[in-house]
Amino acid sequence: MGRTHATAREVLVQVPAHVEYEKATSVEQALSLLARYGPGARVLAGGHSLIPMMKLRLVQPEVLVDINAITGLRYIQTAGDQLRIGALARHADLLADPLAGEHFAILHDAERVIADPVVRNWGTIGGSLCQADPSEDLSAAFAALKGSMIIHGPGGSREVSARAFHTGPYQTVVGPDEMLTEIRLPIRPDGGSAYLKVARRAGDWPIVAAGAAVWLTGDGDRIADVGIGLTAVGATHFVAAEAEDFLRGQPAGEQTLARAGEIAAEHCRPVSDQRGPADYKRHLVRELTVRVLRTAVGRARGLAS
Amino acid sequence: MTHAYGPVPRKEDARFIRGQGTFVDDIVLPGMLHGAILRSPLAHARIVSVDVTAALAHPMVVAVLTGEDLAERGMAWMPTVFGDVQAVLATDKVRFQGQEVAFVVATDRYAARDALELIAVDYEPLPPLIDALTALDPGAPVVREDLPGGNHIFDWSAGDKAATDAAFAEADVVVGCDMMYPRSHPAPLETCGAVADYDMTGGRLTLWSTSQAPHAHRTMYAAVTGLPEHKIRVVSPDLGGGFGAKVPVYPGYLCAIAASEVTGRPVKWVEDRSENLMSTTFARDYHMHGEIAATADGTILALRARVLADHGAFNAVAQPSKFPAGFFHIFTGSYQLRAAHCEVTGVFTNKAPGGVAYSCSFRITEAVYLVERLTDMLARELGMDPAELRMRNLLRPEQFPYTGPTGWQYDSGDYPRALRLALDLAGYDDLRREQAERRARGEYMGIGLSFFTEGVGAGPRSQMDILGLGMADGADLRVHPSGKAVLAISVQTQGQGHETTFAQLVAHELGLSPDDVDVVHGDTDRTPFGLGTYGSRSTPVSGAAAVVAARRVRERARLVAAAMFEAAPDDLEWLDGKWRVRGDPDQAFGIAEIARAAHSTLELPAGIEGHLDASAVYNPPNLTFPFGAYICVTDVDPGTGEVSVRRFIAVDDCGVRINPMIVEGQVHRGLADGIGIALMQAIAFDDTGNCLAGSFMDYLLPTALECPSPELGETVTPSPHHPVGAKGVGESATVGSPAAVVNSVVDALAPFGVTHADMPLTPANVWRAIQGRPVRTDLAIS
Amino acid sequence: MKITVTVNGTDQARDVEPRLLLIHFLRDDLRLTGSHWGCDTSNCGACVVWLDETPVKSCTVLAVMADGHRVTTIEGLARGAVLDPVQAAFATCHGLQCGFCTPGVIMTARWLLDHNPDPSEEQVREAISGQVCRCTGYENIVRSVLRAARDDGGDTG
Repeated sequence: MGRTHATAREVLVQVPAHVEYEKATSVEQALSLLARYGPGARVLAGGHSLIPMMKLRLVQPEVLVDINAITGLRYIQTAGDQLRIGALARHADLLADPLAGEHFAILHDAERVIADPVVRNWGTIGGSLCQADPSEDLSAAFAALKGSMIIHGPGGSREVSARAFHTGPYQTVVGPDEMLTEIRLPIRPDGGSAYLKVARRAGDWPIVAAGAAVWLTGDGDRIADVGIGLTAVGATHFVAAEAEDFLRGQPAGEQTLARAGEIAAEHCRPVSDQRGPADYKRHLVRELTVRVLRTAVGRARGLAS
Repeated sequence: MTHAYGPVPRKEDARFIRGQGTFVDDIVLPGMLHGAILRSPLAHARIVSVDVTAALAHPMVVAVLTGEDLAERGMAWMPTVFGDVQAVLATDKVRFQGQEVAFVVATDRYAARDALELIAVDYEPLPPLIDALTALDPGAPVVREDLPGGNHIFDWSAGDKAATDAAFAEADVVVGCDMMYPRSHPAPLETCGAVADYDMTGGRLTLWSTSQAPHAHRTMYAAVTGLPEHKIRVVSPDLGGGFGAKVPVYPGYLCAIAASEVTGRPVKWVEDRSENLMSTTFARDYHMHGEIAATADGTILALRARVLADHGAFNAVAQPSKFPAGFFHIFTGSYQLRAAHCEVTGVFTNKAPGGVAYSCSFRITEAVYLVERLTDMLARELGMDPAELRMRNLLRPEQFPYTGPTGWQYDSGDYPRALRLALDLAGYDDLRREQAERRARGEYMGIGLSFFTEGVGAGPRSQMDILGLGMADGADLRVHPSGKAVLAISVQTQGQGHETTFAQLVAHELGLSPDDVDVVHGDTDRTPFGLGTYGSRSTPVSGAAAVVAARRVRERARLVAAAMFEAAPDDLEWLDGKWRVRGDPDQAFGIAEIARAAHSTLELPAGIEGHLDASAVYNPPNLTFPFGAYICVTDVDPGTGEVSVRRFIAVDDCGVRINPMIVEGQVHRGLADGIGIALMQAIAFDDTGNCLAGSFMDYLLPTALECPSPELGETVTPSPHHPVGAKGVGESATVGSPAAVVNSVVDALAPFGVTHADMPLTPANVWRAIQGRPVRTDLAIS
Repeated sequence: MKITVTVNGTDQARDVEPRLLLIHFLRDDLRLTGSHWGCDTSNCGACVVWLDETPVKSCTVLAVMADGHRVTTIEGLARGAVLDPVQAAFATCHGLQCGFCTPGVIMTARWLLDHNPDPSEEQVREAISGQVCRCTGYENIVRSVLRAARDDGGDTG
């Protein structure tokens, strides 16, 4: 057997390592600070994804660029046929927002079960998305809604589909000299959405969660378009693409929903951990996909759910 | 005022609601340094070298202690509460993940933690022993090569094996089951810590620490540090919960003491939550095989059990020394039995030491869980309602005091009355009807019962000691000339309200208001010797001592009052809180007037020297036996495995209730414990010995959303041998509730053929149980 | 780094490391030990204080983030000798035992009643669901908050 040294990762510390700190009051200033300090700089929003990682010293940025003073980034508003969410909107803001609830029930379903009320007061939408934890709930919700992200960088701004935003665990397309500033969600007619999460306890990370958004044909019989997001099962870009492809154009009935659930379960990659064994998680993918599709269809039809 | 018992608001609340409590981490002394512990990342390894050079070079580091440094002071090892030894800082080997290896002392708490990363330890990993079931296999890794038994600690048994075997042979029905009570942790919200202040000039050590047993700790520190006991002062300030987690002496305390000696400055050490979960005393970890034998018409004849007890790397079970398996042999429960027999084998593994904690009443949690699960399984096998089966077999009131088949002498109880009350409160028949209707609709609700008897208030000195210290406890009562009283007690509150309930006890005996009685505890300089608070022993033991002391004061007051009346002492009677001349009740003296007189120029009678003060050390003649009947209603979603606890009905009998408000608060907590333990709390390990529950992200505790509003009932059968008939209640609900929850979930899953699944019944485990493949909850899930 | 935080109405200027957690700034630098540190993973809520009138877990906020902002702790709740109705209700209804979780829970409860003066039991449980109590089983905490809501009603109208 070999020998090991106690490395930093193995030492339990629970307070952050030394770090420098800058405060930005505008997007331009934040971007110039990121450019100045390079990849050792991290954007600090609510800090409720980043600071826990810093306390465990799993991540040790050299400089924090605090953007909380950019109050202009904290909003939820409609613009034409879009709902636009500023990156600094807190989870509590989204949960309380009537526009979000009216157009996208999936967001309220998800926010209600993200962390706990006090954490939701301070954690931001942008911060959660950029942390890109495979168990983070909004990623799947925005993917199901086929939203997009606005990213600002030295060259200006660009728009990236929510379904291409995440490139792997803890990885997004946001470069070290860029910043997520907004999430855009298309408001479309004849739609309904839902999110369902199974956890070991209130406030826990999901064992598995699923979100669905459906848009029906005018007569309410068929699924014109659908988005299915899966959380915590290694779904590429948090999307159940095969199940979506199957469902598009199908009648919105129990048989097709059940088949969609099976397809989603076949194509995910759950891993056994203390939340549950892989076979159980795969079962949950099937079960929850069917349930959220059913609820989403019901909501699209204007039925009580 | 004669009736001081009742829901008196708590005196201690005034400081806590203002945030003015004094917990260990609130203490700041001039020149104080901060300590942090470097812990082993490996579960089993030889230590090749420890290099602290870089840590010492850190500008804010004042000292670094290693196992070798402590060995030079004779402090590298300490005795455990059960007569084994435990490393303070490892010297040769580490034997569990999280074991203490070095101690850094720095000028602030962040620098101390930074410096941990500068210590280089060279480990030679060894194969770890993680699965307790393999501990005695030939070729298993040896955890304790320093002991003759290797991984084997003890074999212990109780009951009559021959009679039990005979009863089983005669039985019509025998039901057996393997069941685990998984490793859990009390997780008080305040972690453990200490501030050590060694005064070199006077050779005096003052230690503020999170200790449930400050006097016992003081005696232990004298033995380990070599400091004389009268030069050691241990102070437990306010404690943020204990639940047994703060009974042992922890290496961090001794490191802080050694560091204070070395640096000549006060040293504070407070652990993080991960340290708390990974290294301080765990609870339970019993692998049990139980069998129940009965006649076809539902008369229980006998019980037997075989247990493998996982003690971790050192034997540090905090329980009376003659009982290596604690009071597990009370697994005979609350039923009439012909015979019973149990065998317990203890083993070492590469995990943190401990085992007796978390309101277990010395393993009664394990015992009650076993017997109540078996009872439900028997009911299912017989096709009998579980309430009816229990009612049939419960001990009858006329059988008390009752000596059970393993020797316990239960003091008092009316069990059928308590069960009937619980069934009424629950609306049991309606619940069964509802269950049937729901099943027809494909909805699954469960109704689970648990009836428990526990033995608390350890205990008679001749039978019960910890490290040779008999488990008697004391009280000193002083009455000032104005009649205000100060009661110094040897037990230590961690939130149970002693400052109020003990004041009530004394006030009741002396006709005072509880506001007139101040309770002092937690400071070994100011309180009499005692073994501390755990095992629900405060009311039965120290409470009794307080009452005895108060009655001695009252009898002294009689003598003084007689002198004041110029009457004979026998002519006086105590009525409505005053001494009065019999037949002339208008003439009365209360304690305040009598105290004044005792301090005055009055000619005092023989036996009174000029005060009313009195002391007592109470040696309980027996344990007391609180009991209860609990009913838990759950709803289970078989598609996801999620369990929702809908109702929890709890009828408790803890004898006379001094403060019903406080009693109910204790029960509320224990019911929440049951929900947490049954559904979500467990400490598992992977096969390399990594602790998989080292934070509150993975060691899940119930929130307000998981706990329904409890529905409480009470019966009162006083303890015949306790001075005021009280029995103690602190652990009752934690003892009784897990079985009720598990029985409820298993009942819900009956249509799927599920007869048992181990705790915690997480959604994954429930779903797997439905599939016929429950999860093994002590190891990594794969 | 020099920061100024208005804590319980008083400006507090200090020089701190950027990595210093707000909970430690309050406890160690300002000696406001009423808020407590109970876990490593932002789960237990013993550290809850208000940051600009919003309850936050101060173990997950850096002190430098509070520069120029207001912080209210349990020490700032009472008006001299006069307790806040939430504090008084906790004492009346036995809503605390060891007292360690109590300051954080009281701060959340006070905020809840400021925004929802007549909450349902379910809403109270939801509001404190991010905070752990090991002693009370939550029942008397919930009763205390509901009692404070009743007692409050007369005062604020």
